[in-house]
Amino acid sequence: MRETKYWFWHIVCGFVMLFLLGLHMIIMHLDEILGVFKFAGERVLAFENVASRSKMIGFACIYVLLVGAALYHGLYGLRSMLLELSMIKPLHRLINIGFWILGVILFIVGAAGSIIFIIRFG
Amino acid sequence: MFKRYKNYLGIAGWGVGRRWGIERYLYILHRITGLGILSYFLLHIFVTTSRIFGEEVWEFMMRSVDKPIFKIGEFMVFLAFCFHGLNGLRLIFIELGFKLAIGEAEEPVYPYKTSLNKQRPLLFVCMVICIVLVILGGINFIRVFHF
Repeated sequence: MRETKYWFWHIVCGFVMLFLLGLHMIIMHLDEILGVFKFAGERVLAFENVASRSKMIGFACIYVLLVGAALYHGLYGLRSMLLELSMIKPLHRLINIGFWILGVILFIVGAAGSIIFIIRFG
Repeated sequence: MFKRYKNYLGIAGWGVGRRWGIERYLYILHRITGLGILSYFLLHIFVTTSRIFGEEVWEFMMRSVDKPIFKIGEFMVFLAFCFHGLNGLRLIFIELGFKLAIGEAEEPVYPYKTSLNKQRPLLFVCMVICIVLVILGGINFIRVFHF
């Protein structure tokens, strides 16, 4: 039952990412063709452009949600691949705990980036 | 609790499609692209968080990754995302068995009606959209870096 719940959230996160990461990809990799959310200057990665997006509460929320969804989806996917390798039970437990710790630490780093930026420059 | 079966082939089991169809190869590619995106994403978190230290640090970070190898890598990530996202959407549609035009999951009994008549057109639609996005991304890439 718990595995089904984990798997369900993996799908939900994948679906959420399709839109949020899709938006991120449109901004970053179709900037010359579509040019969306380029508020300051031509370079999409210029600090002025990055700052103008990061200062917006909506974008900050999107980034935090995206970091969480991407970490869960990615680490769950990798965990599933590792568990397929028929390892011994204690190793399963180690992988589960290790991935949760790694995920939480990376989420804190990623989310802190968005929150601290607004506090410092917003 | 799921019953776990022994994986006698190990990692080799992921790569050998043998008599299976195109879906099997998409499954392998889905895993490879997933691993690629994850590896990039873990580093991406640290690079993007550097913006909190101000413009100088950010521009220094951007200059350090402003090399053809990184740019090609970024395009590969875009390509991987297009494939992984659209193939993932296809998998969600099939897995959840929406009664649109796809049909619900059923026992894999020959001649696999659901797979061939309903699921495969979805596969082609997703892959065509993926190719269109990759071409657009490629044009953008060429425009930005003047290759």
